Amino acid sequence: MTRYSRDRVISSVLFVPAVFSSILLFVMVIVLFWKSEAILSTKPLVDLLLSSSWRPVAGNFGYLPFIMGTIWVTALAMILAIPISLLSAIYLSEYAPPRIRDTIQPVIDLLSGIPSVIFGLFGILLIIPLIKNSVAPLLGINSSGYCILAGGLVLAIMVFPILISLSFEVFQTVPREMREAALGLGATNWEAVKHVVLKKTYPGVIAVIILGFSRAFGETMAVLMVVGNVARVPSSVFDPAYPLPALIANNYGEMMSIPLYDSALMFAALLLLAIVVIFNLMAQYVLMILRKVE
Amino acid sequence: MNETEISIKNFSLYIENRQILKNISVDIPKNQITAIIGPSGCGKTTLLRSINRMVDLYTPVLAEGEIIINGKNVLDPDINLSLLRKNVGMIAQAPNPLPLSIYDNVVYGLRIHGIHERSALDTRAEQCLQSVGLWSEVHDRLKDPASQLSLGQQQRLCLARALAVEPEILLCDETTSALDPISARHIENELICLKNDYTIVFVTHILRQAKRLADYVVFLYLGELVEHGPAHEVFTNPQDPRTKAYLEGVFG
Repeated sequence: MTRYSRDRVISSVLFVPAVFSSILLFVMVIVLFWKSEAILSTKPLVDLLLSSSWRPVAGNFGYLPFIMGTIWVTALAMILAIPISLLSAIYLSEYAPPRIRDTIQPVIDLLSGIPSVIFGLFGILLIIPLIKNSVAPLLGINSSGYCILAGGLVLAIMVFPILISLSFEVFQTVPREMREAALGLGATNWEAVKHVVLKKTYPGVIAVIILGFSRAFGETMAVLMVVGNVARVPSSVFDPAYPLPALIANNYGEMMSIPLYDSALMFAALLLLAIVVIFNLMAQYVLMILRKVE
Repeated sequence: MNETEISIKNFSLYIENRQILKNISVDIPKNQITAIIGPSGCGKTTLLRSINRMVDLYTPVLAEGEIIINGKNVLDPDINLSLLRKNVGMIAQAPNPLPLSIYDNVVYGLRIHGIHERSALDTRAEQCLQSVGLWSEVHDRLKDPASQLSLGQQQRLCLARALAVEPEILLCDETTSALDPISARHIENELICLKNDYTIVFVTHILRQAKRLADYVVFLYLGELVEHGPAHEVFTNPQDPRTKAYLEGVFG
């Protein structure tokens, strides 16, 4: 075989794994869609999404409690995580002396690699008693501690390492010379951050936040351990909730004798996948638009 | 004799325990162009960045000796860096416009130093753009992003931006090296015009450029100050064999 034809063969060999991974997404969507067909044919989509009655034995499959549970927990987690993460990332990227940065960064990276079940245990051991015995009584509320607040806190702790490292990377893309332009005119470090670094990177920061959202949506284990798992539309952060990933993880393989149950869980998975994909696309889109504006 | 603007006395600088600059003493004359020349890695840029204290931006440094401007030692840890850098402007190697409009770039320094009155900003912006010969090219698109200008225009914008805060000293770090020859000449001519009002310290590794611009020359070699003096003396009659060798192109 000549060197040239060998190169062509290698090119096609490399093509296969590259395509394989992207095909996976389509395969998943198709399988989930096909499996959810049974439940989708029982009622119009809008009824399924907006009904809050989840009684599988009676054949009632309303997804609203799970959708709302997912939204509450994720939104709370992001509200808690975004400010902390951005401030830490700004500190690490713009203020921290190299010695401090080199100490903190590996710890944050390690944190993002910890299995989520450990975060769940941490939530049960620390956060739940804290809410049950201190936070809720302080506000005159009776709570078991297993609630949205606990889920949101655990989830916030889980997403902030990734938010910190991604936004740190984004801040580091600003060339030194551009910061120096501001500093060289007598700007303080904070002015350089505000006028140069954040101004230059806000599209990236927005994309990071959206990616953080899509990650938080799918987080399963730690959240289901602390969030209470009651299929009811929540009305306060001290209510229990039942996010979509928890629904699937808790029930798949159990109670499968109930008609349509299997298909209902598949549809929950499809919903989750759709939400995450939509958020990822949004991140791409925002980046594209904002880059164009520049 | 000439007045001194920057007085460097027994200045040594260490970065990560490595000595970069060795016991440098030189008086930089007021309202002249001083060229710092020397082969790459000799500490030219480090010396320049010490004058406005940019040198310790990313890594902690150890400095000995003094750099005196207006009676104050800029190496003093308590010095107000904001006021120092207002007085000592810097133009970087490659143009570094801020991610703002042309107008906002020029008045950026004024704004951070507390001037917000529209008419004052407008007047100063026009003056500064005029003095770098950019006004006629940009006056009808001041609101456009600065990044849309050509590189040569961007560098003149950076010069205008530095002038806007009325510094006494301009530090230029191979300021023309990223530009085409015509834009480079443009900047050189601006600098020659500006030296009546400013003290300019210019780092360059291009000897011909130093010969064109410099009134006073500082020759560094391996972190040491080898020779300094009025340009015509250093260039025509170098005292040190290393200066002689460098000028003859033995090492570059």
